[in-house]
Amino acid sequence: MPVLNILKLPDARLKQLSTPVERFDDALRAFIADLEETRQAGPAAVGIAAPQVGRFQRIVILDCSTTRKPVPNHGHLILINPEISEWDGYEIGREGCLSVPDYTGNVIRATHIHLKAQDPFGEPLEFDMEGYEARAAQHEIDHLDGMLFIDRVVSRRTDLFRRKVYRKGRKKAEA
Amino acid sequence: MTDWMMMTLIGADRPGIVAHVTRALSDAGVSLGEASMLRLGGSFSIMMMVSAPEGEAGLRRAMTPVLDQLGLRMHLDPVDGGLHRHQIPNVRVRVNGADRTGIVADVTGALLDQGFNILELDSDVAGDSDSPLYIMTIEGYSDRSLDALTRAVEGLGVNASVSPVETLIG
Repeated sequence: MPVLNILKLPDARLKQLSTPVERFDDALRAFIADLEETRQAGPAAVGIAAPQVGRFQRIVILDCSTTRKPVPNHGHLILINPEISEWDGYEIGREGCLSVPDYTGNVIRATHIHLKAQDPFGEPLEFDMEGYEARAAQHEIDHLDGMLFIDRVVSRRTDLFRRKVYRKGRKKAEA
Repeated sequence: MTDWMMMTLIGADRPGIVAHVTRALSDAGVSLGEASMLRLGGSFSIMMMVSAPEGEAGLRRAMTPVLDQLGLRMHLDPVDGGLHRHQIPNVRVRVNGADRTGIVADVTGALLDQGFNILELDSDVAGDSDSPLYIMTIEGYSDRSLDALTRAVEGLGVNASVSPVETLIG
């Protein structure tokens, strides 16, 4: 099983939209094994998405079971054609990416999500995720849509504070 | 190896400071590294790593016209630092309280006693002149427990919360 080459910015292919997986065959599962080996070969990544190795299909691996401080998680997950159907709450957290070495930044993500996907044999999966695992899922699914975390980095000083004020103001106006 | 200098620029805020300064630097062949640029109380401040092919004298020559034009003051320090030396924070401390002298000294002193290294600090004064509110966010690195850090910043007369920063790599 080879460790695959990770695409890194400014490689424009990272901005490409990935297409749904339609054939759940041995070739798919062999690729997933390579993708997992690639994830483990680099700096402690909790997830990896197929387009990060130049395969533009909707395939994601997540594993939030080994964080320094334990977080709620569903263990090692292979998510094919993942879709988030519900979002709730938001919080700021620091992210980095195998495709953007030596850079981390603060990103706002939903704190709770409901996610549907398929396993490597095409069987349906559903998860309610929260916190760090929900963040990891959003980060990886973004890759499938050609989005990187640096497209979402916020300035803590202005962005989050203004949003909060704005939301309060709107509530008042409605009352 | 690149020789970096830290360039500090301060002046009254106005549109165009960044564009004009960086154009002058670019025209002189100067490379830029990490930078922090921020409006603070009506002044605009720039702290920026620069590497000048003709050294400090050439840099000063290139900058003089734009400094005069924009009313900026410049300070240059040679630094030993370089790129790709980031430290990733593992703790965030949020503080707010009725503004008084000494909040920052009290909080950061308590954190220092715990071996906390500040990597980034933002602070602001909110509220109004009758009841100013000091707000500060600190990110940094400490190998002490969150409980120990929380105890350290309790009882300082401000609201202070300590939370982990678990950087997600994906």
